[in-house]
Amino acid sequence: MNKIDSLEDRFQSRIDKEEKIEARDWMPDGYRKTLIRQISQHGHSEIVGMLPEGNWITRAPSLKRKLALLAKVQDEAGHGLYLYSATETLGISREELLDQLHTGKAKYSSIFNYPTLSWADIGAIGWLVDGAAIMNQVALCRTSYGPYARAMVRICKEESFHQRQGFDILLTMCNGSVEQKEMVQDAVNRWWWPSLMMFGPNDSDSPHSAQSLKWKVKRLSNDELRQRFVDMTIPQAKILGIELPDPLLIYNETRGHYDFGEIDWEEFRQVVGGNGPCNKERMAARIKAHEEGSWIREAAVAYAEKKKNYEKASVA
Amino acid sequence: MEDQLKEFILMMADSSMILGQRLGEWCGHGPVLEQDIAITNIALDLIGEARNYYRYLADVEGINEDEYPMKRDVRKFRNVLLTEQPNGNWADTIMRQFIFDCYHYYHLEGMTESSDARLSAIAKKTIKESSYHLSFSGEWVIRLGDGTEESHQKMQAGLENMITYYDELFLPVQYEIFCRSKNICGDFNLIKKNASAKFNSVIHEATLTIPEMYHARKGGKSGLHSEHLGFILADMQFMQRAYPGLTW
Repeated sequence: MNKIDSLEDRFQSRIDKEEKIEARDWMPDGYRKTLIRQISQHGHSEIVGMLPEGNWITRAPSLKRKLALLAKVQDEAGHGLYLYSATETLGISREELLDQLHTGKAKYSSIFNYPTLSWADIGAIGWLVDGAAIMNQVALCRTSYGPYARAMVRICKEESFHQRQGFDILLTMCNGSVEQKEMVQDAVNRWWWPSLMMFGPNDSDSPHSAQSLKWKVKRLSNDELRQRFVDMTIPQAKILGIELPDPLLIYNETRGHYDFGEIDWEEFRQVVGGNGPCNKERMAARIKAHEEGSWIREAAVAYAEKKKNYEKASVA
Repeated sequence: MEDQLKEFILMMADSSMILGQRLGEWCGHGPVLEQDIAITNIALDLIGEARNYYRYLADVEGINEDEYPMKRDVRKFRNVLLTEQPNGNWADTIMRQFIFDCYHYYHLEGMTESSDARLSAIAKKTIKESSYHLSFSGEWVIRLGDGTEESHQKMQAGLENMITYYDELFLPVQYEIFCRSKNICGDFNLIKKNASAKFNSVIHEATLTIPEMYHARKGGKSGLHSEHLGFILADMQFMQRAYPGLTW
């Protein structure tokens, strides 16, 4: 056995014993790369995800909803920050991460390339998109990389609050006028399938899954998580009194789970590939914010430098 | 409640509401993630403060708090003109914020001693937040004013854009004079003296120059606004106007 093998074996046996891997520990290059890809993708999703909802901050229908939405979008910025920090522990800078996002090298969740067309979309995003995200994130609280797992514990607490808030928006509307209920149904029709796509390709088509499960970076497969989400969501749809847009959604007694229809994987590939309804707008908004911020970041560095000199001068 | 007091409360409420609404436009578009979070925090504080004033009026008048921000038209708004000015670039936003914070902080300080118990309670709670806003915006004015050549020029331009709206803050209108006579708010001369001292010292440290001549605009406190407010309300009131009488 050569030395590298033994390091990898020791690493794998720590993973098998459910020990957390920390930033200074030895890890295989592939593990590091997988984590950088996954955590940064997650961070970018939080940041790009601010845009479709941020869209409705100025138009929120009441003071209560406006404050809740502002706080929610701000939480997402905070999540982006924890996740970028967790990624930085793996030896990559924030600047590099943002560059990867802006050049299209790094991906973000394709769901945020869909438009928010009515106030009900804000409810639907909270209920379905945050609901799907929680499925994934609860599992990730036990991920093998310590800084990622700890970021997830914090994020999960806030996300479940967001999900309840989204559900509350929809429930209030469903108890309102016919027009409001129609608005909810329309939003759910548009967000349901993209939410199922959030879990990624079927396990049979997921290239990184097996290794990620072995390293316990992922704890459950895409299809397992998707099934949990469907099972959790159907009773909630009944409370709202709305239809989910899938005629094949039927409880399967043998499996003890709901069966559901086939996802339109061509649509998924198109949106991931940059051809979703809002891909260009989302990226343009992020790049604009970053570029227009460059003089501010430069000034902050220049001032910090000057301030050091002022302090030195005053001591002397 | 006397009309004069109601107008005064609306002036406080609308100013914080409209500025909070403007800052909300930055959310998701800030120049750095940390500053995006900070500016959203200030938006949350200001809209939260406005909500406290609207609730006070709503309790007295027996209507819903949302009636005030969502149902009145431009001429009924009492916010100072400064708060409705467009965000511009980050320098404009920071300068607008700093000028507002200088005024807001010392105004609240006076109101902590208000003869009106509810306003005094709101002021005591809000002044802690306002103190943080003032140090945040003041630090940024200095950092950008004394940063690079480019940031200095942008900050100087921001000052020249916003200084036009400075004087209105400290020029009491009739309902404020009434409220002062009842010890509902603080002494205007003292507010102006303290705010100007803070303003001048930060502007000096930031190596910026206050223009010797500028045209001071006013009218917001009496409902005579710039064209900008109509567009702000078109956004803010869209849902309540398009779907009247519903609960959200």
